Amino acid sequence: MAAKRLNLRKRYELLTRGMGWETTYQKMDDVFPYDTFEGIKITDWDKWEDPFRLTMDAYWKFQAEKERKLYAVIDSFAQNNGQTNLADASYLSAIKLFITGVTPIEYAAHRGFAHLGRHFRGDGARIACQMQAIDELRHQQTQVHTISHYNKHFDGLHDPFHQFDRVWYLSVPKAFSEDALSAGPFEFITSISFAFEYVLTNLLFVPFMSGAAYNGDMATVTFGFSAQSDESRHMTLGLEIIKFMLEQHEDNLPIVQRWMDKHFWRAYRLLALVATMQDYMLTNSPMSWKEAWDVYFVENGGALFEDLSRYGLRMPKYHELATAEADHISHQVWSVFCSLGNATGFHTFLPTEEKMAWLSEKYPDTFDKYYRPRFEYWAKQQAEGTFEFQKGLPLICQVCQVPMVFTEVQTDPMQISYRVTEHGGDKYHFCSDGCKDIFEHEPEKYVQAWLPVHQIYQGNCGGATIPEVLEWYKFTPEDVGNYIGSRDHARWQEWKGDAAVDKTGSDV
Amino acid sequence: MAVVAKDGYVDIVRDRIENFHGNQLVFVGWDDHLLFSAAQAFPLPPEMPFQALISDAMASVFKDHPDFKKIDWSTVQWVVDGEKFKPKMDKSLRENGVGHKSLIRFKTPGLKGINGTRL
Repeated sequence: MAAKRLNLRKRYELLTRGMGWETTYQKMDDVFPYDTFEGIKITDWDKWEDPFRLTMDAYWKFQAEKERKLYAVIDSFAQNNGQTNLADASYLSAIKLFITGVTPIEYAAHRGFAHLGRHFRGDGARIACQMQAIDELRHQQTQVHTISHYNKHFDGLHDPFHQFDRVWYLSVPKAFSEDALSAGPFEFITSISFAFEYVLTNLLFVPFMSGAAYNGDMATVTFGFSAQSDESRHMTLGLEIIKFMLEQHEDNLPIVQRWMDKHFWRAYRLLALVATMQDYMLTNSPMSWKEAWDVYFVENGGALFEDLSRYGLRMPKYHELATAEADHISHQVWSVFCSLGNATGFHTFLPTEEKMAWLSEKYPDTFDKYYRPRFEYWAKQQAEGTFEFQKGLPLICQVCQVPMVFTEVQTDPMQISYRVTEHGGDKYHFCSDGCKDIFEHEPEKYVQAWLPVHQIYQGNCGGATIPEVLEWYKFTPEDVGNYIGSRDHARWQEWKGDAAVDKTGSDV
Repeated sequence: MAVVAKDGYVDIVRDRIENFHGNQLVFVGWDDHLLFSAAQAFPLPPEMPFQALISDAMASVFKDHPDFKKIDWSTVQWVVDGEKFKPKMDKSLRENGVGHKSLIRFKTPGLKGINGTRL
């Protein structure tokens, strides 16, 4: 007699709950030593609702199919010289920032979820984390494979993982992921799965992938789509873990709320890089950072927190400030990159007249008033041949590690926002109350921050001069500086011949 | 609050003054001159006279701004670590109370950046 075929739910249960057991030779607390010290109380792991409902065999088949499609597109992109169909070679600055700043976070997420996949006591949660660990590794790998095609033709794409550990602006994503990785498992998953992937991931993926489509980058669009179905599963896990913690014990609420406040702010500060990519680095921008923020955070995020309010969770602290800053941050961060473009691993460029008209339209309250004048001034200097990159190194926020460029947008947008505190007799500087609060809650953690500027001055970064530090970063002279006049630019002109029309401002 | 950790938590103060080879860090921000997007960080000997902070360190970065040569230093308003401050130019940073990781902000009356835009 043929065995009765099990339904998916039953099979999933057998593959997860059925694989676990109550240990007897060793105490459960010794086998799972990490899932209690954070103070999260779990009374019944069996109440965990499996968010993925995907068995391992189905998972492998599904992922393998996606891989086949992706690699077919990558092959045809390479064979057809797809790089020549980009809107402009300056667009690749966004890809350079992505491969050095985002891809290594995928790998860090892989490490974190692999740890959780071993150390959560609940078998259901363990399996979900194991699958996500594989997803994250796959994302890192497919991004490297896709973008390696551009590495054959353009500068600045050759050493993303080396650079992630060293470069001044890449300490922002590195510090973000290491903050989560060095926390306990529940805080890690709140940070990555909920604050980053549930609340904020659309702000990264949607503009980035549609940005790629708008700029003729079909390779990136394809890995984006290939990752997207994974991302939706990850979002489900993010929501499930929050609900699970809040349903398990009322004492969990204040802990979860504090993590939510912290990691929302951490992730949001990291996204300043994405805002900049979206508004300035994309040749053609599908939507502005502010529009994306309004849709994905103010509307969708607002609805999400309304839904979660039944558990007592409120909106993350300082979300109003983040919304007020949406009119400013991309302009502020691109300004600092332009003024330090001799030390960025991607080419910088000033916005064209056309781009500035778009920015004025998208930012009617702020662009012309606060930001257009600096780009016009720099453009004039460049036309006159007097432009120079800034010679000093900036003061960096102790927590988010972004140079302290953010301003008092609610009172005086031309005044830098300075915050400071003292700990152990030393002063620590912050860009915002959000970052200051994070420090003051766990000062022992953030006094250890590896701040790139301070490390240069301590003599730990290859030398005291800019060329020595850049060499230690593995930035070649061709990687850095203005786009116009760069090797990428020359190559693009050669390919395009008479059809070459520069899509960036800035002249050297 | 202390870090919630499984075992004893060891904190390493990464930016102790001892790590800077005889220097201390000093941060200087020029208010109303946002062409410099952030305050600047300098490693300087605590014995450096305040005058040299201006003529060596600050000038090395800020001189690229057309307002810099117009500054009347006798009218500059200084704020060190949030307190109004009158530097003694020939005294050292240490004697002036400028410590490791102090933030010095200065305002230059009458000079409001490129075309008065605070840039």
